[in-house]
Amino acid sequence: MKSAVRLRGVEKRFPRVHALRGIDIDIEQGEFFALLGPNGAGKTTLISLLAGLSRASSGSVEIMGFDVTRQYREARNAIGVVPQELVYDPFFTVRETLRLQSGYFGLRRNDDWIEELLDNLGLSDKADVYTRLLSGGMKRRVLVAQALVHKPPVIVLDEPTAGVDVELRQSLWAFIRRFNREGHTIVLTTHYLEEAEALCQRVAMLKEGRIVALDYTANLLRAGAKRRLSLELAPPELPTALLPRLLGREGGRFILDLPDYALLEDVLGSLRAAGIAILDMSLAQADLEEVFLKIMHGVAP
Amino acid sequence: MSGFRTLLYKEILRFWKVLVQTVGAPVLTALLYLLIFAHVLEDHVQIYPGVHYTAFLMPGLIMMSILQNAFANSSSSLIQSKITGNIVFVLLAPLSYLEFFLAYVLAALLRGFIVGLGVLLVGLLFTDIEMRHPFWILAFALESGAVFACAGIMTGIWANQFDNLAAVQNFIIMPLTFLSGVFFSIHSLSPFWQGASHLNPVFYMIDGFRYGFFGHGDVDPWLGLAVVTPFVVLLSLLTLVMLKSGYKLRH
Repeated sequence: MKSAVRLRGVEKRFPRVHALRGIDIDIEQGEFFALLGPNGAGKTTLISLLAGLSRASSGSVEIMGFDVTRQYREARNAIGVVPQELVYDPFFTVRETLRLQSGYFGLRRNDDWIEELLDNLGLSDKADVYTRLLSGGMKRRVLVAQALVHKPPVIVLDEPTAGVDVELRQSLWAFIRRFNREGHTIVLTTHYLEEAEALCQRVAMLKEGRIVALDYTANLLRAGAKRRLSLELAPPELPTALLPRLLGREGGRFILDLPDYALLEDVLGSLRAAGIAILDMSLAQADLEEVFLKIMHGVAP
Repeated sequence: MSGFRTLLYKEILRFWKVLVQTVGAPVLTALLYLLIFAHVLEDHVQIYPGVHYTAFLMPGLIMMSILQNAFANSSSSLIQSKITGNIVFVLLAPLSYLEFFLAYVLAALLRGFIVGLGVLLVGLLFTDIEMRHPFWILAFALESGAVFACAGIMTGIWANQFDNLAAVQNFIIMPLTFLSGVFFSIHSLSPFWQGASHLNPVFYMIDGFRYGFFGHGDVDPWLGLAVVTPFVVLLSLLTLVMLKSGYKLRH
């Protein structure tokens, strides 16, 4: 099966910035994939290349097996992009906007699907309103609908939930998940790492135009950051046997490294032997944010 | 081709929705020129025998309106789309640069023609105008409109802000159209300026167009066509090369 997205040796140089430095990624069909990275890491540049809005300085970019420059018609038919900026055409209503976008993709009778999109995105009562008059969240929904008019196999969302309220975020993801279940490949960039963690099977982390991590979310979470045990003790001291596990102190609490649950028994045993009581205890799981910070800065927060 | 048709339709709908501004205003401007110049000069100037000055002025005003509005349509549409960012909707679509080119040129021509027709209709309230050679009228309108539509596309893509566009409009397009024999025959000019006018392609556009109405012109319309046609080809090619390269549109 062809990869939904395939990048090989992709470089992008701007006059003053070397934005992408040798990117290789294969995103399989049906994946829910996240591109993470700090501002300026190259996420949006990468998405522009997928969308054909920008051209790679070298390397190849394919969407569903179609080269984005040589087979641009096929490639652009295969991809739907929700841009990061809240852009709209002030001359048109929501319905006109969606009809025009359908037409650009050669779909002349697309009203049934447009109705469904409007309905699912909660835009039905705004269909004949000028897009410029809508709120930011509503404009975002229109952008999502526009990206989906041609039911593209690959859907790319560039920070779709930036500045969007919780309710819309939830309903947006429910809608996108439905597409994913139906076999569409989803690629997203986001600053909300919990979103990527909850939604995406695989994650690529970008830093200064390079991929610094590319793995299954579960693997990253397992390998990337440690499970930590936080203890409040009386008296507030740690038996010497446990000192090698000590990561640090937070207020009066001891933070211990706990790579494996089985080791919890040892810790409790040592404390009992030393006659130290536990006043409070909590176990912190690694989250993607921690992994992210660790990979980006090489240190745990 | 349905992508192209939609883009053309969108470009037409864009100016159609603000017709007062895109057609009404330029027709009114032309009408004001007509009233003022005709009032001042009607009884003093006769350029071609048997042709009133007001009638003489009409074809020039119509052509000037076609040129300025063809230019305004493609350039303002593009710069607005670029500045608001919605050009991205067109760039994401599987449209070829040729479809892009044709849609913008045809919509610009249509706007130019609608304004031109508006000026003609208003002008008919004031004076009778004959149209002896419709072929020449149409040929010069089409070719000249296309030249300015292309110039508008190039300017719209090149301009980074409205200032850049306004500069081209005020310092190039306006003088070029004003000083090309809209209001006068170049035979009334000194030999130096007559010579200079012969180097100005817009002079041939207006002169050939006017020939279509009266059967009189400063130069032979075939010569005019021979001058204007290479400009159509040249500007089309330049515009196509620009669009194909993705200059300022696809980095």
